[in-house]
Amino acid sequence: MADAPQRARGEAQYTADVLLPGMLHAALLRSPHAYARVKKIDVRRALEAPGVHAAVGPEDVEALTDEPGFFGAPVAAIAANTVEQARAALELIDVEWEPLEPLLDPDEAVRRGQLTDEPRRNERGDFERALADADVVVEGEYRTQVVLHNPLETHQSVCRWEGDTLEIYTSTQYIWGIRSRVAKQLGVEPDNVRVVCNYMGGGFGAKNDPGEYTYVAAELARRTGRPVKCALTRREENLAAGNRNATIQRLTVGARSDGTITALGGEFVNAVGWDGWIAPTDGPMQTLYHCENVRTVTYGAKINTAPMKAFRAPGYVEGTFGLECLLDELAARLDVDPLELRRKNYAHSSNERPYSSKNLMECYRRAEPHWERRHELRTRSDSTWKYGAGLASQIWYGGGGPPSYAWTRVGSDGRITVITAMQDIGTGTRTAMAQIAAEELGVPLDRVRVELGDSARGPFASISAGSSTTPSMGPAVRAAAADAKRQIIEIAAQRHHLEERVLDISDGNVVSADGNLSSPLEEIVGLLENAQILGKGARGPNPTGMQVLTFGVQVAEVAVDVETGEVRVLRVAAIHDVGRVINPLGASSQVEGGIIQGIGHTLSEQRLLDPATGTVLTQSLDAYRLPTIADVPEIVCELIDKPDEHLTNLGSKGLGEPPIVPIAAAIANAIRDATGADIHSLPITREEMLRALEAAKQKQRGAPAAV
Amino acid sequence: MNGHRYAVDVPVGTSLAAVLRDELGLTGTKVACNEGHCGACTVQVDGVPRLSCITLVHTVEGEVTTIEGLRDHPLVESFVRADATQCGFCTPGQIVSAAALVAVSPAPTRDEIRHGMAGNLCRCGTYPKIEEAILHWRD
Ligand code: FES
Ligand code: FES
Repeated sequence: MADAPQRARGEAQYTADVLLPGMLHAALLRSPHAYARVKKIDVRRALEAPGVHAAVGPEDVEALTDEPGFFGAPVAAIAANTVEQARAALELIDVEWEPLEPLLDPDEAVRRGQLTDEPRRNERGDFERALADADVVVEGEYRTQVVLHNPLETHQSVCRWEGDTLEIYTSTQYIWGIRSRVAKQLGVEPDNVRVVCNYMGGGFGAKNDPGEYTYVAAELARRTGRPVKCALTRREENLAAGNRNATIQRLTVGARSDGTITALGGEFVNAVGWDGWIAPTDGPMQTLYHCENVRTVTYGAKINTAPMKAFRAPGYVEGTFGLECLLDELAARLDVDPLELRRKNYAHSSNERPYSSKNLMECYRRAEPHWERRHELRTRSDSTWKYGAGLASQIWYGGGGPPSYAWTRVGSDGRITVITAMQDIGTGTRTAMAQIAAEELGVPLDRVRVELGDSARGPFASISAGSSTTPSMGPAVRAAAADAKRQIIEIAAQRHHLEERVLDISDGNVVSADGNLSSPLEEIVGLLENAQILGKGARGPNPTGMQVLTFGVQVAEVAVDVETGEVRVLRVAAIHDVGRVINPLGASSQVEGGIIQGIGHTLSEQRLLDPATGTVLTQSLDAYRLPTIADVPEIVCELIDKPDEHLTNLGSKGLGEPPIVPIAAAIANAIRDATGADIHSLPITREEMLRALEAAKQKQRGAPAAV
Repeated sequence: MNGHRYAVDVPVGTSLAAVLRDELGLTGTKVACNEGHCGACTVQVDGVPRLSCITLVHTVEGEVTTIEGLRDHPLVESFVRADATQCGFCTPGQIVSAAALVAVSPAPTRDEIRHGMAGNLCRCGTYPKIEEAILHWRD
């Protein structure tokens, strides 16, 4: 990666490392109740504590609340010389709480009609009729848990006022979103808000918005006239910085005996929390397979838990788990091969608009050798350890879109700088942008620098979410490079009395088609002396009337200890279709990272609440179990590297999210292959595994399955 | 520390990580949990990895080595070559741990690497590349 040395050497400056002269530190008072009213709040004693400069409460900052709806909701904040002083002073804030009865059960919230939004209903064809006509019907209830993003750099901002201009150093996925949201909230001109994010330590969807820490820092900085840093602790991060919401999925599939799926139905309950939106848990059921009769309804339950935020393919991760497990149960019922079943129900064309490109069939073909390994694998089973393989398909977005802009600057030394005010969330953006510019301009990669991360120093750029960074920004960079190249060739043509169309740039030289001219770029541009060439580029629109989607399939191999319930993932083969691949090494890193996060989601990660009070029990990284290097299986990554012909000048789709989508179902299906146990609930802890094994035993004996 | 001597005056109870970052401006050492659970703050004391966030500075006796003292270590280059950094927030801690590992075991097996590095979390999941980087650190 272009900026990897800075990161590896500890030179990269993250928001956590920003230290401004005179900077104060803020700490937040958070609600100790899942639901309460603040009857009285008095900060006077806190203001007298050593080192304290200012305090704010619900009346001063909109992001603070006097009716906290979840454990850890922010109520007040203090700025002091040190963070220890600020935290100590929190104890001196006098609050009179009126605890209220929290509602924590999402099904109960739906029954009571306590919803975040209108239920989302989608129906095509005649589901009821198709179900009545089906040869087989399989039903299942699937549950997924709350998981936490836990980027290693917690959410944080440093705010400083310079006159009427607010500078915000912040760990964000969307510089321009922070700029406009904060400007609007504070009633200042967007141009008077400067947002800087040079390096950020992970986001995964949780850092798209400003957050209370930014608003609090801005207000405390205004009141004190000093820069203020507000950084969440790890424990706060695990309380109130966003999550992938839990889901309950009640699914039905009807099919003909030859395996043709004729009806799909789903009732999805998203446990959204106190705030948030209804992620598309219904999406995979609506889009993954060809099926004429599909009916889904998705509820957003408003309960007294922390608000959800987008988390790497929100909705599709959860929905794919349910649907793809259901499909394997159908395959077992019909005694057909799971891969065959998926091919048989392949969606060649979309129900709505045509696909800009789709190579899922090719993914299935490339999955075959991995899938074949299951026969040998199963023979390794003994009385304790059972081996098996499972697969699951993936569908998700990833097309990016306009607007996004980039500039290229070519100096008389022939060196190129790409400038755009976007952020890099750790996905190798600088490298990918440098590669695209180098390729378009025909120069070696080491001649290109990329400058990003500052809204005051570059043009508008898109959000880094929805796997959109490269597909949104890449085309703008490419257009900016092409614009610069055109100007260079124009100069060369005049200088050498040649026609522009016979000239090109290759390997850093301006060359003519007949080979007579080969002049180093710096010689041509050097003619300008101090003048520079400036190229401008904008992201063009996506193809109208088409859907830009990504596809893939993963095959997982597992071993299950049927005595202890231990599950080991041994190998994952991931085959994804994401259009043209810009940086193969970086792409494989994204695939591995997605799979590893997905393994955490599948086996170990879970935010636990006290069911009576709604207190979060898993606040530390000791209690909340992230995968470690010891949990990583062999990962084989294959990408179908075919440019999407309809998609901009680049043909690339995003890759950050697709790899996390199918992994849970692939593992669960491998477990059922190994043991015969149906997995209906994540995470598959030892306890859950033993429960599923017991249920399978009961089912075999013909007794009603234990719940 | 890192071959130099520094004099600092801080209250008893201050962590080594806080002294490094806030007093000496050596921000290469990251703090991601501040309670000993993630490994981001790893430094070496006389070559042995230590979690600087839960090490009280007054208890340290010996030579402290931070990422700033390891910038020319071949592991830095091998991490870069292997693409063993995504967001990079865990990376300095990973490299400090890995440097302690290869000092004791210059040709570590995959198992040794997994054992020696299990205390360094990486939320981006760069683990396979970290393993490669350490396996081939001298290439
Ligand atoms: S910051 Fe020290 S172990 Fe996490
Ligand atoms: S590279 Fe992001 S946490 Fe390791």
